[in-house]
Amino acid sequence: MIEALRDPRMRSVVTASLTLSLAVGVFGASFGVGAVTAGASVAQACVISLLVFTGASQFSAVSVVGAGGSTASALGGALLLAARNGVYGLAMARRLDGSIGKKLIAAQLTIDESTAMAAAQTDPVAQRTAFWVTGCSIYVFWNLGTLLGAIVGTALDPKTFGLDAAFPAAYVAMVWPLLGQRRSLLAAALGAAICISLIPFVPVGIPILCAALAVLVGVPR
Amino acid sequence: MTWTLVFALAAGAYFFKVLGLVLIGDRSLPQVLERCLGLIPAALIAALVFKDTFSIGQHLQIDARVAGVGAAVVVAWRRAPLILVIVIGAGVTAAVRALS
Repeated sequence: MIEALRDPRMRSVVTASLTLSLAVGVFGASFGVGAVTAGASVAQACVISLLVFTGASQFSAVSVVGAGGSTASALGGALLLAARNGVYGLAMARRLDGSIGKKLIAAQLTIDESTAMAAAQTDPVAQRTAFWVTGCSIYVFWNLGTLLGAIVGTALDPKTFGLDAAFPAAYVAMVWPLLGQRRSLLAAALGAAICISLIPFVPVGIPILCAALAVLVGVPR
Repeated sequence: MTWTLVFALAAGAYFFKVLGLVLIGDRSLPQVLERCLGLIPAALIAALVFKDTFSIGQHLQIDARVAGVGAAVVVAWRRAPLILVIVIGAGVTAAVRALS
């Protein structure tokens, strides 16, 4: 792992991970503020970020609770958003190695950013390193941000700095190298089309899951 | 906010995260499944780009993000380093937002 970090190709992964992590930290702070505003204690806000660690689900749960929704509806909406991490796990299973213990830790770090950063690398060693570097640095910043936001009670608005666009921008660069292969390009186009056409009609979380159906372009030889 | 919700959320989220890793594990699969699994990142990351650029919740919306991500596409195409793509995506979005 440390050895792999010396690889010059990893320098761009590390700098990009830290940049994304800063953006994640600002969102973490706004989660901390939102959670406390919705009636969570500082401890609850921090435990959510430590254990749940999947931003969209956390924001969704807190907004349902804040609006006076039931535990069941908060849970339902949040888990629908968390389900896509299961699909990432299917993809990462082939790329991760090591003991079952190591995989159980890797599972906690299996989110949009770590999966995308891994997928953008060309060889298995680089993919694994990118996954761990991104997952760990985002984990640290997300949780520090949450703690800070929950304690201080105010946070910067991520939108002022365009940070909401930092993620799709990063994903553009991460998916780019995959588009060279015709079949991946087809899967990407179809996945995007499925997702965007379903967004107005189904609950949040489902469009992305349905986008996974685009992998069926892999069926023909 | 109840602790029940906190821990139910944690258990549910981890269940999904671990499901994929455990379900597949190291076992060997038919070629066709391997091909499909290999396409997951392309399909989902592309979908994320469109979702994060053109929607808020269940609403499709064109706003400053489109300019930022558009700029990111241009610099990614020019093979700029990842960090630059991220900074330009956020920076252009922030600038357009401030001006509009």
